[in-house]
Amino acid sequence: MKRAAIPPSTTRFALRRIFSTHHHVIALQYGVLALLAVITGTTLSLFMRFHLAWPNLQLPFWGMIRPEDYLALVTMHGTIMVFFVLTVAPVSVWSNLVLPEQIGARQMSLPWLNACGFWITAAAFAVLVAAFFVPQGAPIGGWTAYPPLSAIAATGPGQGAGMDCWIASIGLFCLGSSCGAINMLVTITRERCKGMTLLRMPLTVWSWYTTAILSTIVFPVLLAAALLLLSDRHFGTHYFVPGGLIVAGKLLRQGGDGSPLLWQHLFWFFGHPEVYIAVLPAMGITSSILANFTRRQPGSYKLMVATTLSIGLLGLIVWGHHMFVSGMNPYAGMAFSLTTIAIALPSTVKVLAWLRTLWNGQTNRGAWRATPMLFTLGFISFFIAGGLTGPILAQPMLDSYLHNTYFVLGHFHLIMGMAVVFSMFAATYYWFPLMTGRLMSERLGQWHFWLSLIGAYAVFLPMHLAGLAGLPRHYAQMSGPTTHFGALQPLQREITYSAFLLGAAQLIFLWNLVRSWDHGIVAKSDPWNATTLEWAPPEWFAENHREVSVAPYVDGDRAVNANSAQWKSEQFPAPHRPPAE
Amino acid sequence: MAVSIAAMVAVFILGQVVLLIAIIRPARDGATQVPWWNVFTFGTLTLLFVVLTVRAETLWAANRFQGPSYDALQVEVVGQQYAWYFRYPGTDARFGIVRPELVDAAAGNPLGLDAKDPAARDDLVTSQLVVPVGREVNLRLRSLDVIHGFFIPGMRLKQNAVPGSVFNVHFTPTEIGRYPIVCSQVCGSGHYRMEAELRVVSLNEFSDWLAKHAPVAQVSQ
Repeated sequence: MKRAAIPPSTTRFALRRIFSTHHHVIALQYGVLALLAVITGTTLSLFMRFHLAWPNLQLPFWGMIRPEDYLALVTMHGTIMVFFVLTVAPVSVWSNLVLPEQIGARQMSLPWLNACGFWITAAAFAVLVAAFFVPQGAPIGGWTAYPPLSAIAATGPGQGAGMDCWIASIGLFCLGSSCGAINMLVTITRERCKGMTLLRMPLTVWSWYTTAILSTIVFPVLLAAALLLLSDRHFGTHYFVPGGLIVAGKLLRQGGDGSPLLWQHLFWFFGHPEVYIAVLPAMGITSSILANFTRRQPGSYKLMVATTLSIGLLGLIVWGHHMFVSGMNPYAGMAFSLTTIAIALPSTVKVLAWLRTLWNGQTNRGAWRATPMLFTLGFISFFIAGGLTGPILAQPMLDSYLHNTYFVLGHFHLIMGMAVVFSMFAATYYWFPLMTGRLMSERLGQWHFWLSLIGAYAVFLPMHLAGLAGLPRHYAQMSGPTTHFGALQPLQREITYSAFLLGAAQLIFLWNLVRSWDHGIVAKSDPWNATTLEWAPPEWFAENHREVSVAPYVDGDRAVNANSAQWKSEQFPAPHRPPAE
Repeated sequence: MAVSIAAMVAVFILGQVVLLIAIIRPARDGATQVPWWNVFTFGTLTLLFVVLTVRAETLWAANRFQGPSYDALQVEVVGQQYAWYFRYPGTDARFGIVRPELVDAAAGNPLGLDAKDPAARDDLVTSQLVVPVGREVNLRLRSLDVIHGFFIPGMRLKQNAVPGSVFNVHFTPTEIGRYPIVCSQVCGSGHYRMEAELRVVSLNEFSDWLAKHAPVAQVSQ
């Protein structure tokens, strides 16, 4: 049952059973997928940065980057990162590794569906990457794929077969994610062990629960939209394409009254909750790791649950803030801006709770230097940095200047990119012993952290300045007959240098990961002195499983200490202390 | 915008400083519970968000809830991969009929003006947006192919041009000068070079410019 106690040779054995339906195997599979995706996505972004800094230089293995190549890089980078990194890693990797154990379950409710979810997602990734190799290459319309650009092949290179690959990939991804989300919902609802009431679940489980609810609502909508788009492209329908378009000098489709805005509504109805699908698990992980290392519960437990739920639910009604200048009714813009700014409130509560936990906690005794804690602190720092530009962009009149500029890039790369990725690093360092029975190198981890922190801020803070100067995103070059953006070239160079630093820092992580897998220090059982159940030794589980008289999580220490003296020592008070009944 | 940015930069610095102090603060025995501090901070931030929201909605309502005044200069903006066209209604103050099937840029009719329509004959189509200073301008935005983002950074003005729809946006230029117009919604491989220029000129200069560029059809009548 417990991976921590299984010797590494068994891990390899488990890996060999590729088509296993065991959630630990699926967690590793998702992990490999996310790692492949993040390496691909990062490489693409470095190509982009290279091109922006030196537009006329040739790239190794690529040659000269044409404007359409640049847009293909942007589109694929965005799609890969949002779907296959920021959704797969927070939602699928860690939940499969620890969720059943955290609620005292023996397994997932629907292991077969769970495995299906992985293989469909893996196929989706393969189909997406295939877009690079079809005639005319990858699509160029950005990860949001607004029609008519995405609906008509003649609008540009990559909008033919490449775009079809993109749509197929997104459709598959929606299916895969829905499988995973249904499994997660059923598991959390039905598999909790005796005594594990809803209000005794770890905050990670609460965030996955909210995420699963969001996923089951929004992924089917995106799937439907993708099917409609496919239908517009190949079956002559007019859901998103109006009649009378003139593309490349040719009149297309005299009739039809499709609405390009309909796609935007459907896409962002998915697209914004998607942000919370990525961020909420990161928040849960942050709360848990913070609680563990400060030996304090993260703020008020009930308040944290309430804010998680309210962020998730508010997240469903804010999608229009991506559309302030799209032509949407200005009254709707007002409503969406109000709901958007409202999200700042529960987010503020969370940040203040984390800060208070830190303030009162025991981090000052050096615990903050542990790598999981460092990256968690990084998450909080980025969440503050990226979160605060939210209420700026949520103001429609300010957004009508900043929309689609580098300011937006800086905003979402900090809050969705860096914050979530840092939280994923924290989770990797934290839960690595569960996968391998070993610890990752702390020293390499600290180098990784500091270089990444400096690199990330050096890349994404200056983007805000470029945005304030009005520089639109998706620009392959910045020189033209009338624009003054050429003056921003030194800034672009600085961002590129920083991006290379940030990318190089990740090599330390990769080395650490590979090296520690077989050669890391062997971890003792529960190396971080955690109290959540994924760390409980097998004997404890064997003795108490489904027979616990005291809820394992609620009064973790007492329950555990009564049963197993080795698991907990008295000097570590329970970090989470949800209300006792 | 300055107020919003200044406030958020201040909160950003404050947040990072508190985070840093919380980490490096020397150890103290016993829990120091300071809930009032959290309530106070939350209250202050909430107040800040409320103030910003009221300002934001007021500004938005003033700019977008009402149409232009009746004497606003009417100009049609048409986006196409990868150019902007501007159409002035001419002396009759009416935009003539356009038909997609008549669009032929090579023949000098990039918007498909219907020559049979009298109102279309005096329509002026240019690649430069020239407006007089101090007079309100109402732009009606269209697109021939894909979605384009009409963006004049200097006027703080952005509105998408969507095929199949006409969206209006209005503004009043107050300073004579030249302002770049760019595309802010990715529209294809030439997105980065889809540029035009806004020229804000004096009233006299504007009249001269209009007279000079008046369509031949009108002059011959």
